[in-house]
Amino acid sequence: MTIILDPTDERVPVARQISERSGAVQGIVGLLNISKPRGNILLDELGKLLAEKAPGVEVRHYTKPTFAKPCPDTLRQQIRDECDFLVEGLAD
Amino acid sequence: MTDARPAFTLKDLHGEAHQFDGTGPSLICFVKEDCETCNIAAPVLQALTQAYGDKVSVLVPAQSGDANADFVRRHGLTMPVLDDVGCKTSFDWNFEIVPAVYWIDDSGTVVTHFEGFVRDDWKALSDQIAQDTGQPVAQIDWDSLPAWRPGCGSKHFDPEVYDKLRAAADGDVLLARKVEVASGDDVSEFMFDQGFSDGLPLVPPTPERVMRMLAGTHRDPQDVIAVVPPNMGVGTVEKIAINAVMAGCKPEYLPVVIAAIEAVCTDEFNIHGVTATTMGAATVMVVNGPIRDKIGMNAGLGAMGAGNRANATIGRALRLVIRNIGGAKTGGVERSTLGNPMKFTMCFAENEEVSPWEPLHVERGFEPEDSVVTIFAMTGGPVHLVDQTSRKPDQIAGSLGQGLESVFLPKLHNLPVDALLVVCPEHIKTMTRDGDYSKDRLRDRIQAVTSRPLSEMVQNDQSGAGISVADADKMGPEKLALLAPKFAGKEYIHIVVAGGEAGKFSSAFHGWSTGAAGSISVSRKIYLG
Repeated sequence: MTIILDPTDERVPVARQISERSGAVQGIVGLLNISKPRGNILLDELGKLLAEKAPGVEVRHYTKPTFAKPCPDTLRQQIRDECDFLVEGLAD
Repeated sequence: MTDARPAFTLKDLHGEAHQFDGTGPSLICFVKEDCETCNIAAPVLQALTQAYGDKVSVLVPAQSGDANADFVRRHGLTMPVLDDVGCKTSFDWNFEIVPAVYWIDDSGTVVTHFEGFVRDDWKALSDQIAQDTGQPVAQIDWDSLPAWRPGCGSKHFDPEVYDKLRAAADGDVLLARKVEVASGDDVSEFMFDQGFSDGLPLVPPTPERVMRMLAGTHRDPQDVIAVVPPNMGVGTVEKIAINAVMAGCKPEYLPVVIAAIEAVCTDEFNIHGVTATTMGAATVMVVNGPIRDKIGMNAGLGAMGAGNRANATIGRALRLVIRNIGGAKTGGVERSTLGNPMKFTMCFAENEEVSPWEPLHVERGFEPEDSVVTIFAMTGGPVHLVDQTSRKPDQIAGSLGQGLESVFLPKLHNLPVDALLVVCPEHIKTMTRDGDYSKDRLRDRIQAVTSRPLSEMVQNDQSGAGISVADADKMGPEKLALLAPKFAGKEYIHIVVAGGEAGKFSSAFHGWSTGAAGSISVSRKIYLG
């Protein structure tokens, strides 16, 4: 971890910025199951709904080896290369 | 006798904690495994431990991490050898050389302190401990030991270690919010994401780097240099130092950056307006005086860019301060229609050595030996003024004047607007070939060669800029025949000298709205150190 000092007048909280939102779902949507129990059921249901409501969208499924550790680099890079959007099932 | 030493608790090789509570009787010796002199001292320390260890606490803080065990094994040491691999205790005790020896009495007073290996010092130490503790003197074959060996620099002075320790020790002087960047994140990308950047990569302002930067000034880190528009952020020395680190400055540049911030955050300079105007004004910094050489600024070949760290990063630091402390973001208060590259950086030194004139700062009331920064608000430049064939002083001065016609628009005259003319050495040579050619004469020449009848400034089909037809009708032919120079007064023409020896190319910066309603150039003395 690196610590840097805030160069601003500190009136705005430092936060990670979210990616720009395009306003439309299109292209390839990844569904990432982090291997928590029943996460696959939720994501499968979401995949069906996407197929019904956004027929032009391709859905791809990914699975993390274990929820207890960060996503392996290779999988993260694969998702980055293949998907336009990603939905990750984070908790129970 | 010296002051009491700070208490510490350190672990030995087996993980057991040993405490020095500030009092004795204690013999403390700091060592480093790869220091030859420490290895000479080690058997002596062992002998002192055997002789006096019953009545004296002998502690040996060692700076070498895992190699401390080798040191113990090599010399068969039986006293606690303590792990000070981070050198925090060494730093707190503030010595320079290892071995560093302290003999401390019951009350915590340092009776004896020395560094390195002087045999007589060590022998006197043994005698002193024997006397103070009433023990028989240690049996040591002093003659087998060298009379003198210099020690080694303590590891806590390694730059990497020292800066960290200093940042931690002086942590209370750094009040800026500490931002933790996760190890999975790229620090450079993170800073871009936070909007800290002018569009180019930044040097991460770690506490260590900021502490190093602060060494460039004698000022307290919490001194407020200026309230920085447009958001009126508080510009402390610390905050300015953080931005100077990001810009790539060396610590010795910091006094110039500080003086520049003082200059632009005045009512006269009006950095708010300079930033906000759609016209695209930017700061142009000229540095005069001895600091130019001291910090390696460029006044000669390529002075206005690129390739000189001081020129480039001092100008950039000023811009980053306005952006980050002042909150001037593009699309926010920064609203220039086109912008211009001077908004990244524009800073150079005057070539006083080849100038026939008083340097800019002396002309503005400072002493020649002062170091001074002068800042102008400029919308354009540097615009080259090319004349390779004039051979007479008035010819070259005339060309420079004609070159200034393009300020705002060639058609617009009588402008109450600054221009900064940068005359190159070859043009200086031509101008002064017959003797003195004063700055004022050059200004007069500029005004003379640019004078045109007002009738040429009336709006027409070629250009709708200038005097309205209705006003022209009211003025009548007599008034329209009057001549108008480019500038409303010659005081708007600022002149400096810069550039390399070869090339008949001077240059000009074109001003913004000059005056109380716009911006007035400001000079500030640079206080060194």
